[in-house]
Amino acid sequence: MTGNIDHIQSDAHIQSYGKLLGVLAILLFLTALTIIVSRIHFGGANIWVALIVASVKSSFVLLFFMHLKYESILIKASFLATIGFLSILIGFMFWDVAFR
Amino acid sequence: MIVNQSDSNYTDDKTCDAVGSHTDNENKHYDIVGSRTGMWLFLYTEIMLFGGLFVLYAAYYRMYTADFTGAGKELDILMGSINTVMLLVSSFAVAASITAIQKKSRKVALAFLGFALFLGAMFLVNKYFEWGHKIDLGIFPNSPLMEDSSHGRVLFFSLYYTITALHAIHIIIGMTLLAVTMAFIMTDKVTEHKYVLLENAGLYWHLVDLIWIFIFPLFYLIY
Repeated sequence: MTGNIDHIQSDAHIQSYGKLLGVLAILLFLTALTIIVSRIHFGGANIWVALIVASVKSSFVLLFFMHLKYESILIKASFLATIGFLSILIGFMFWDVAFR
Repeated sequence: MIVNQSDSNYTDDKTCDAVGSHTDNENKHYDIVGSRTGMWLFLYTEIMLFGGLFVLYAAYYRMYTADFTGAGKELDILMGSINTVMLLVSSFAVAASITAIQKKSRKVALAFLGFALFLGAMFLVNKYFEWGHKIDLGIFPNSPLMEDSSHGRVLFFSLYYTITALHAIHIIIGMTLLAVTMAFIMTDKVTEHKYVLLENAGLYWHLVDLIWIFIFPLFYLIY
């Protein structure tokens, strides 16, 4: 059982350079996309498009650069809970501002 | 339950002793998973710290949309884009340095980290010129120009300075962590058997990148 000696980091998941470069290429492409799209007028939808692209970019950074894809359920769940509470914070604030 | 846990720790130490092929330093008991979990918990507090500022942004954006989009056009998209690319590439370099150390090539890991450190420094230089240019134009908190500006425009630039300054402080802390990790690799305190410090410093650096991924469109690209 490798778990018995998990304080020697030898059985960790190794991501290849190629895969990391691929993630970087996607991130650079999405950056170019968000700059181009921001110059097109969608009115109020612009900020939502920008936020969706930013969220997709963040997901790539989190899953691969930050290894979240290979982390335990504890870290995955607690991360999602953090984002969930942040959404509640922002959502309640919007209720307040929208119906003031 | 607690007794069981301490039993298993005891077994761990025994197993480790039995392996015996590592130096004393590496045989000291420490908890990789616990260490990384602690780092993630800290990152959650950082997310809430910047999250609070983004909440302010969201509320003021809704109240002063025209002022915000007008003021956003005054920021330099080229500068912002270059900084975005530099942070993304530096994040890649830090992730690649972990791959390098796992493959036992410490020199490659050091090269990647050095490159990330260089990009972090260039980011700050860029920011210095960007801020300097804005201050030359009279755009800074409490400037005479700002006192004559609309309320929304003042709020936009106040948030711009507050958030980018807090972010720049995080860049400096992240660079310090990366530099310390490099020193630890050079002195063999971070090795292919034990590199959780590199992972945690990397997590911090990626978080700084993540926050910039949201700052960039919200300030530079709003139209």
